[in-house]
Amino acid sequence: MDTRTLVRIALIAALIAALGFVPPVYMPLAAGVPITAQSLGVMLAGLLLGARAGAAAVALFVFVVLLGAPLLSGGRGGLGVLGGPSAGFLIGYIAGAYVVGFLAERLKLPAFASAFVASVVGGILVVYLFGIPVLGAVAGIGPMIGAAVFLPGDLIKAVGAAVLVTTVLRNWSVAAQPRP
Amino acid sequence: MIAGYLSGPSLLHRLPAGVKLVALAVLSVFILPIGDPLILACVLAAVVLVYAGFGRRGLLRILEWRSLLPLLAIIFVLQVWAASLSVAAASVLRIAVMVLIADLVTLSTRMQDMMDALAVPLKPLARFGLDPERLSLAVALVLRFVPVLLESWRGREEAWRARSPRRPGLVLIGAFFSGALGTADQVAEALDARGFGMPDKPAPPPRPNP
Repeated sequence: MDTRTLVRIALIAALIAALGFVPPVYMPLAAGVPITAQSLGVMLAGLLLGARAGAAAVALFVFVVLLGAPLLSGGRGGLGVLGGPSAGFLIGYIAGAYVVGFLAERLKLPAFASAFVASVVGGILVVYLFGIPVLGAVAGIGPMIGAAVFLPGDLIKAVGAAVLVTTVLRNWSVAAQPRP
Repeated sequence: MIAGYLSGPSLLHRLPAGVKLVALAVLSVFILPIGDPLILACVLAAVVLVYAGFGRRGLLRILEWRSLLPLLAIIFVLQVWAASLSVAAASVLRIAVMVLIADLVTLSTRMQDMMDALAVPLKPLARFGLDPERLSLAVALVLRFVPVLLESWRGREEAWRARSPRRPGLVLIGAFFSGALGTADQVAEALDARGFGMPDKPAPPPRPNP
């Protein structure tokens, strides 16, 4: 891994952290639960960096949060988040970013469609696969309720991520990068 | 901005980070199966007493978790509806206890000590190019980039507002990203110029920026 990739990974990890500071006024509300912009960062990590580097960026973000930096939205951080209801989502973010990048690099659809499908499968399905069972175990919330609460906001974010990488971020997305 | 560590002379601060992490794991094994809200309330009271031992700063620290309250309220309501009052109270108390105990480790351990302690279980990952030097650099870069990114966005937004009555749109996000990725590439060049990661192999020729 060259230095350029390492620094870009750190930059995207910092971007996910910065998205946690997005003021609530910008956030759409779904079912009374505020939606964090951070999972948008997870989709962007996969779409902009590809599978391996994207997952590395999210893993780095999670690592820094566990080290004690209060970078999760709402200013949470430290090992305490592992005891909380969103612990599974944090782990799912890493796997999710990998799948987003993996699909974005391989899908042979029009650019917007492949970015959207990759974001939905990786950034929503895979993240839920880890997050909802943990939420259920910690909080006793059934999988249907858990998914219903987060799904509307996450679909909006998948559309947002796909719009961003096919318009203003087109030059940075993995689809446009020359393959080594 | 980084408020993870609270300095202090307590016993917790003097314990090695690795011992605290193992103790945390062991404690969680004992606490997770407790289903009696009364016992959990006693444990929570004991944990709050430990925080009180740090004085005012300790109690203020508990307040920093208040962003968890809406979620706890939702969990409580759903549990009362789906199970019973005592199950609902137990799950909310259990989450509070686990979060606060784990945060005791975070607030009593310097970030560098925590990184050294976590490097031990992460050692097998060295094969995939995760050596401690690169990891430390990456963590330091993230902590530095966060305020830089926030400042850059704020600056661009202000410049936009000074010139247009409309809300900042996609154009601003594009400019923000180009600027940020440009900064990242400059940092990479500066690191290479100072010999970071030299012994392995000569740096590949830089890709032209798209």
